[in-house]
Amino acid sequence: MSDVMTAAPAGDDAGIAAGDLLVMLRHGPHGSSWLREGLEAAMVAAAFGREVGLLFTGDGVMALLEGQQVGPLGQKGSDNLLAALEMYDVERCYVDAAALRARGMTAQDVTLLPVTLLEHDEVVALTTAFSRVLSF
Amino acid sequence: MRYALAVYGGPYSQQASHSALRFADALLARGHQLTTVFFYHDGVYNAANMMAPPQDEPHLRDRWLSLAENHATRLQVCVAAGLRRGMLDEREAARHGKQGHTLEAPFELTGLGQLVEATLDNDHLITFA
Repeated sequence: MSDVMTAAPAGDDAGIAAGDLLVMLRHGPHGSSWLREGLEAAMVAAAFGREVGLLFTGDGVMALLEGQQVGPLGQKGSDNLLAALEMYDVERCYVDAAALRARGMTAQDVTLLPVTLLEHDEVVALTTAFSRVLSF
Repeated sequence: MRYALAVYGGPYSQQASHSALRFADALLARGHQLTTVFFYHDGVYNAANMMAPPQDEPHLRDRWLSLAENHATRLQVCVAAGLRRGMLDEREAARHGKQGHTLEAPFELTGLGQLVEATLDNDHLITFA
């Protein structure tokens, strides 16, 4: 257990316990249902009493831009789900800083949720610290 | 060890089902247990009753069925992902006023909570997407 804790990034992440679940979101809010179905899995896990961490990486960081709502493409967007996260007590939200930079975004663009920015080594440590990871 | 698989890829469209089935065979051959396969996202189509591939291709639904029959593996399909995509068992078909049904035992429509449970109840959960 202790090595799990030292592998975790600094901060409150030291509280990651066996059975906690990390949900990785790698796809953008439009063009596929990956992001929504990943968020739904995270919320159900939280509703079942699991501690859930969310990692936005790859195109998944685009969900953190405001205004991802129902559009002409007929997909629902992700704003309403992100807004509901707090109600489900999903409070550990992490962002892959390199994925943000690669898309010309900065921490200032992320206003929808309180998030922790992680550099590559910290992302690796995070995925190691969680014993269970669901990737979408 | 106890294993569960999560399958997100549609049959024949992606490698996911083929790889998951090969992995299932391998782990069973080594004496491990496969308790659950959970189908989510486009993976729900693996349960399609009317799957009718050409004879020179593997019948993926039948392959899943043999896991259930021979190894008591539970085949669970996310109900929300399934309903959206037209995967309805007899009860859901009646509830939605649809003629016929597209999914039947040993596949079962279950909630996403079962995927969450599977991550806890098994030593490993492996995702095929």
